[in-house]
Amino acid sequence: MSGGASVLYDVPGPKAIARNRILGGLVVVVVLAAFAFTIFRLADSGQFSAEKWEAFTYPFIWQNIGLALLRTLSAFVLSAVGALVLGFLLAVARLSTVRVLSIPATVVTEVLRAIPVLVLMMLLYYGFGSIGVPMSSFAAVVIALIAYNGSVLAEVFRAGVESLPKGQGEAGFAIGMTSRQVMNLILMPQAVRAMMPVIIAQLVVTLKDTALGFVITYNELLYYARYLMSQTTLGNPIIPSILIIGAIYIILCLLLSWLAHTVQKRTSRSVKVKVKVAAHHPGNPGGATDTQMMAAQDVGTDDQTGHSQAGG
Amino acid sequence: MGVITDNWDLWVDATVGTLQIFFFGLIIALVLGFIVGAMRVSPIPIARWVGTAYVNLVRNTPLTLMFFVFAFAVPVVFEIRDLRLLGILAIGLYTATYVAETLRSGINTVPVGQAEAARAVGMSFTQVMGHIVLPQAARSVIPPMMSVIIAFLKNTTVAAGFSIMNLGSIRAYLSERGENAMVVLLWVALVFVVMVFALSGVQRYLEKKWRVAR
Repeated sequence: MSGGASVLYDVPGPKAIARNRILGGLVVVVVLAAFAFTIFRLADSGQFSAEKWEAFTYPFIWQNIGLALLRTLSAFVLSAVGALVLGFLLAVARLSTVRVLSIPATVVTEVLRAIPVLVLMMLLYYGFGSIGVPMSSFAAVVIALIAYNGSVLAEVFRAGVESLPKGQGEAGFAIGMTSRQVMNLILMPQAVRAMMPVIIAQLVVTLKDTALGFVITYNELLYYARYLMSQTTLGNPIIPSILIIGAIYIILCLLLSWLAHTVQKRTSRSVKVKVKVAAHHPGNPGGATDTQMMAAQDVGTDDQTGHSQAGG
Repeated sequence: MGVITDNWDLWVDATVGTLQIFFFGLIIALVLGFIVGAMRVSPIPIARWVGTAYVNLVRNTPLTLMFFVFAFAVPVVFEIRDLRLLGILAIGLYTATYVAETLRSGINTVPVGQAEAARAVGMSFTQVMGHIVLPQAARSVIPPMMSVIIAFLKNTTVAAGFSIMNLGSIRAYLSERGENAMVVLLWVALVFVVMVFALSGVQRYLEKKWRVAR
């Protein structure tokens, strides 16, 4: 889409170029006006005064931000690892031909995906607290994130396995592999590779969702930001705190997204994946689940916010 | 059941709160998402850049942080103080990016050759769009769009952290009345499971209905 032909419009002629320039100018004016107004309001309400920013000149505040960042990251890392493991187990169980395994796995996956993460966190934190099994907010955040993202990843893995040509599994059985060997040595490695961008995008979602811990008083970055905002002795630095903590979050997510993009590029260079993408011709999303479509379409796939509904 | 029948007033308030956030937020998300999506596929480079910047910025921001901006920063800077309105704006602006991305990728699934062939047989721009490109794009957009809407419905609970009445915040009120938090939250979870399953059913129906056509 770099100025060339697109499905929506032709390469612009002189008339269209002139019109596009005018529209482009309009966009610039609107965006600049919005920016200018915001900055005017910020200045007007005294957000640029030195005292509002004074808090961030103290090393101990930065030390605390660092500690809060560590708590965010430790919740993320633990949840990510746990979710990958749970997702793998649920996917294998759901794909199993043994009904005693596949039916409960299906029910668990579907139900866990339907409950909002925040409700899950509250259930663990307040719910278990109220029946006499108190849980730390850290444990509640991590378990909820593992349960939710694990069930989403299970669907991603399953969609990946189901998108593979049938002959892959059949060939494995033909040379005498057990169904466990077929799954672990043939299907899963290919599925994980094909779904890598979706998997990493889901990990970005996990990172973002650690911020929900704020609601159940897990002492992470946003919780600390809220604490700073409420400090009258520091002049209630609301805007500075949001800007700084927000920047930290955005940088973290961008780093992970960037990783996702790099991996996506690398995997799409692989021959096998190219075959797969060709099989799901963009013009024919017919048999594809949207997870497959997302993978095939090179979409920033975290847009499902973890709800990659697989239809097949 | 007692938890619900004894506190009927709160459950009604909470459900209405959730549905309010859902419907008004969805309107904002769809309208703004449509505009941003259009910007991202437009022939105007600057519009594409602005759209891309907005999408990348907001999508890498946790929803909780969006609520922070709207619940804590906007009241100070712009002097808007209606929390419910601010919450709807926060979640609407957040979801708009997902709507935009879904639209963009849906349009990108239509091969360029389709439009070229249509132009080659002499169709006008509106005919190309109306008969060839948009019907095909719509087919591939609807199922993932339903996923976005389902995720959005679940995300409305985040408003609970910012004293906006909805199903996510009902526990705090009912705990004050001495109800068991576990029971309350299991009911809330059940309500969401029912709503999400209903929406997933619609999604599967649409997916099946449109799978046949090509």
